[in-house]
Amino acid sequence: MAAVAAAAPGRWRRPGILPGFGLTLGFALTYLGLIVLIPIAALILRTTTLTWAEFAAIAASERVVAALRLSFGASLTAAAVNLVFGTVVAWVLVRYRFPGRRVLDAMVDLPFALPTAVAGIALTALLSRNGWIGGILEPMGLKVAYTPAGIVVALVFIGLPFVVRTVQPVIEEIDREVEEASASLGANRFQTVFRVLLPSLTPALMTGFVLALARAVGEYGSVIFIAGNIPYRTEIAPLLIVIRLEEFDYAGATAIATLMLLISFVMFLVINLIQAWARRRFGDV
Amino acid sequence: MRAASPSPQTVRAAGRGSRLRNGLATATFTAAIMLVLSVVAFAQTTLLNVSYDPTRELYRDFNAAFAAHWKATTGDDVTVRQSHGGSGAQARAVIDGLDADVVTLAMQSDVDAIVQNSGKIAEDWRARLPNNAAPYTSTIVFLVRRGNPKGLKDWDDLVKEGVEVVAPNPKTSGAARWAYLAAWAFASEAFGGDTAKVRDFLARLYRNVPVLDTAARGSTTTFVQRGIGDVLLAWENEALLAIEELGPDQFEIVMPSMSMLAEPVVAVVDANVDRKGTRAVAEAYLNYLYAPEGQAIAARHFYRPYRMQDAAPEDAARFPQLKLVRIDDPIFGGWAKVQPEHFGDGGVFDQIYRR
Repeated sequence: MAAVAAAAPGRWRRPGILPGFGLTLGFALTYLGLIVLIPIAALILRTTTLTWAEFAAIAASERVVAALRLSFGASLTAAAVNLVFGTVVAWVLVRYRFPGRRVLDAMVDLPFALPTAVAGIALTALLSRNGWIGGILEPMGLKVAYTPAGIVVALVFIGLPFVVRTVQPVIEEIDREVEEASASLGANRFQTVFRVLLPSLTPALMTGFVLALARAVGEYGSVIFIAGNIPYRTEIAPLLIVIRLEEFDYAGATAIATLMLLISFVMFLVINLIQAWARRRFGDV
Repeated sequence: MRAASPSPQTVRAAGRGSRLRNGLATATFTAAIMLVLSVVAFAQTTLLNVSYDPTRELYRDFNAAFAAHWKATTGDDVTVRQSHGGSGAQARAVIDGLDADVVTLAMQSDVDAIVQNSGKIAEDWRARLPNNAAPYTSTIVFLVRRGNPKGLKDWDDLVKEGVEVVAPNPKTSGAARWAYLAAWAFASEAFGGDTAKVRDFLARLYRNVPVLDTAARGSTTTFVQRGIGDVLLAWENEALLAIEELGPDQFEIVMPSMSMLAEPVVAVVDANVDRKGTRAVAEAYLNYLYAPEGQAIAARHFYRPYRMQDAAPEDAARFPQLKLVRIDDPIFGGWAKVQPEHFGDGGVFDQIYRR
């Protein structure tokens, strides 16, 4: 009774299963503060040893711009590839029964568990000129290792599980009857996919895309071996940060890191707004 | 009713219980004392040597030799722990609080960074040991594929069209800085010190570099395992190690007409040894690098010892004489000048790549 009465005035004080809301909220805030906010605040604080003019000069320098463009460009490409093919993988794993499905399902998580540097070295070995795949591609004029294409391949590898694992449970929720109903009402396959299935999948797809993107932007270990690391061409922003650290230029390093955080924050905000719009447009499923 | 008065059995049981508790308490207490004692003993005789990547095998050997030497002269045990990584990253770790007793890094500029950024090492560190605190030296050589298919003999062959050069990134690797400076020294002599031409030479050289790995080992992998490039600019010790590990049937070493005298340096981290009370053993440790046995071990691990006469003859034979330029020579004027001018943000190396 008391709980219900308490719940009435403020919507946010809903009774939950966890005892002691105040305590748990306090814990959540402290925990988040210790793990996320304090380190990020320290990062930004170190940047503030620079003046605005110095920060702007770093942000506008051609090399930093080139590295950021490469990092975010390759990450967006890789996340888009994962969005399409990760969804297909998730769909096949949920809707079809075939021998080895469980093994395949478990394998999706491997990029999570593998140290990314190991992944980078393995991919480089495969894709360089004397590797299994590179040995076939390079004579055809397709150079993958040590080019931006190689960076995208590495980022696709490490980002795949994010899309599959966020989309999979939502696909499991969609009843087959929905597809059958749409078919019986005269929709063709494309209409069923684009007007019935995709709208309800959109929020999960967006989340998976953002997670894969976020992971790719900060990725260092797997990319560093396959990138070639040539300034302006294959130098990613995280490497530029490491280079600044090698110069004992802590402020310069954190300035680039802060820039990456800012860009990521704006990007995720925009994606969230699109997601909110999509939810209003197609309804919450 | 029986329970009302304690039976002899329960009394005995209780007695056993308390004896057990006493025993446990004693054991715990003894363990705690022993732990404290062992920690104290541990702290007195453990050194941490923070070093760079390719010295792993060298110091494994040297530490064992030093422990035996220390035991023989003082009767005390000493354990030396090793930490390896990129030289710059290791210097940063010490600045940020890694408890190193001694640092043995690839470059003077890395120790200078510790001096400037943390003050944990006194400024006169180079004067405290012989040969400017460089117990062994090395140089940069060319590792080429067997038979040297492109006929690369000297630095000016590396800037030719169609030659692929594998070198690490001077921004992140010590070896790469020495390689860059060796090429600079060669070009500077070839062009009579015309800086514009020297820069152009370096720019052409780095245009031939398809992959800039972040560290020397990575470059070795790119060249050896991935089959990229016609020539690898490598530490002499890494090149000799690669030949020994992979066999001389695949690769060979080419000595250019001139190169850099690379001086890895060693220093006691004053602030840390004074706090831990390990100064005496830390200083003995570094001095032992200059003793005949330390010098012989360095030579065995492909480093050029400071006193070549202490090396075993077969080791000494592996180090051919070539013209070596020092960082303190007038052409460079020391690390304090070279580091910001060439490798700092916006320095000559950055300008090479500027579009």
